[in-house]
Amino acid sequence: MFRELGKMVVLFGATFRALPRVLRYRRNLFEQLFEIGNSSLLMACVLSLFIGGVLSLQAGPLLAQRGLGSMLGGLVGASLAKELGPVMMSILIAGRIGSAMAAELGSMRVYQEIDALRTMNINPIEYLVLPRVVAISVALPCLLVFSLLVGCAGGAFVAAFNPEVAVSSAAFFNNLRSTLELRDILQGLIKTFLFAVTVGVVCCNQGLDTLGGPRGIGRSVTKAVVNSIVFILVLDYVITRMLLPLTKASMAGGF
Amino acid sequence: MTPVPSAASGVAIRVCQLRKSFGSQVVLDGVDLDIRPGEIFVLMGPSGSGKSVLLRHLIGLETPDSGEILLNDTRLEDEGIRDRFRLAMVFQSGGLLNSLTVGQNVGLYLSEHRLKPPEEIERIVQEKLALVHLGPGDALKYPAELSGGMKKRVAIARALVMEPQVVLYDEPTSELDPLVAVTVGREIVRANAVTRATTLVVTHDRDLAFGIAHRIAFLGGGRIVAVGTPEAIRSHPDPLMRRFLSADFTRD
Repeated sequence: MFRELGKMVVLFGATFRALPRVLRYRRNLFEQLFEIGNSSLLMACVLSLFIGGVLSLQAGPLLAQRGLGSMLGGLVGASLAKELGPVMMSILIAGRIGSAMAAELGSMRVYQEIDALRTMNINPIEYLVLPRVVAISVALPCLLVFSLLVGCAGGAFVAAFNPEVAVSSAAFFNNLRSTLELRDILQGLIKTFLFAVTVGVVCCNQGLDTLGGPRGIGRSVTKAVVNSIVFILVLDYVITRMLLPLTKASMAGGF
Repeated sequence: MTPVPSAASGVAIRVCQLRKSFGSQVVLDGVDLDIRPGEIFVLMGPSGSGKSVLLRHLIGLETPDSGEILLNDTRLEDEGIRDRFRLAMVFQSGGLLNSLTVGQNVGLYLSEHRLKPPEEIERIVQEKLALVHLGPGDALKYPAELSGGMKKRVAIARALVMEPQVVLYDEPTSELDPLVAVTVGREIVRANAVTRATTLVVTHDRDLAFGIAHRIAFLGGGRIVAVGTPEAIRSHPDPLMRRFLSADFTRD
């Protein structure tokens, strides 16, 4: 485990050092960005819509019983921006994009494509890993913003049409606007960015580390997704703990 | 057999006491080799004798436990060696990037290192594809659309684009029918004549080895058992070599 962790740190270091040369690989970068957007936007939309909806469904009646129904918008928005959005989007991307990265790099390793790159003096980290890690780090925060918008719409919809909640869309969004601050969104974006880098590095590392034939590729994909989810959840706690002073300030000023 | 090209632009390769183990398994146990500039040198041996591992050492994909490899008296691990010598390798599976077209694969070295403008790269790609008897239409295909023999020929074209001084072939005729194997063998000889690169072919295909080699080495048990011309290898008294060279379905 520590050996794997060490390999990931080394891969992250090498990718970070290669960062100034990322524009040389812009074709690969745009391909990856397109791939991420194309394969995850619809899924992110459905996921966010229902997360927002279920938040309203769970919290709405409880708040309404206590006469706090008008605070539902802020609660849904803050939950989505700070916690559920970053974690759920990152897990979605780990399962959908991270697994594909691990499988692709794993198959390239097994079928000697990575060796072929090395013999042509092409650095596989710059050519393969850098565009993937940068693309996922750019795309995931964008997905969070998208998820936040769709999730809030889902929450507002359930709040308005569920008779046990019965909070109008105007009241929902008014409370959302007055409660949700830029720093809450910023906190979510920071988390998402760090999760994205982690998912990218973990999945690429697993791919590059693939040994054996198709069975090895399958093993790498499973490990990549499981390790990504574990890292996301552990990092989530650590980052939340570190950003707690920000959260406290926000709560003092908000709800 | 074709003569060794004169005024060879290839480099001399010297392997000195190369040792490599994977865990407790000794794969190379003190290999010594001298390969002359421009020659087609074939490394034969039974499966698992360490041929491919030796080849991977020569291109720098493996590091030895001990011993050294010299290219024109320069150590392979010396800094900047890749700037001084161009080494290309044709992998057993071809090693073509499946996400790129044939043309992009062949021109990858030039485009990634920005050695030529795109139009010039396209011209060179067509020229090298023609050299291995592939047409302009093939450049637009993806590796998944090619047969095994075509993949090998594309891999040879990709190696030639580098204008290499050393070309290494790992089992170039494996998984090919005899007719295609003969074609690939001819491509190797033709490429050697055109580039004058030092050519090292790892194979256990006896027909290929005796058909194209200027010299042959036989690797067995992690050591070089014999080195010589095809005629000398054919008449070598070593019992393992005798068994390997004479094995067929009607004997034993």
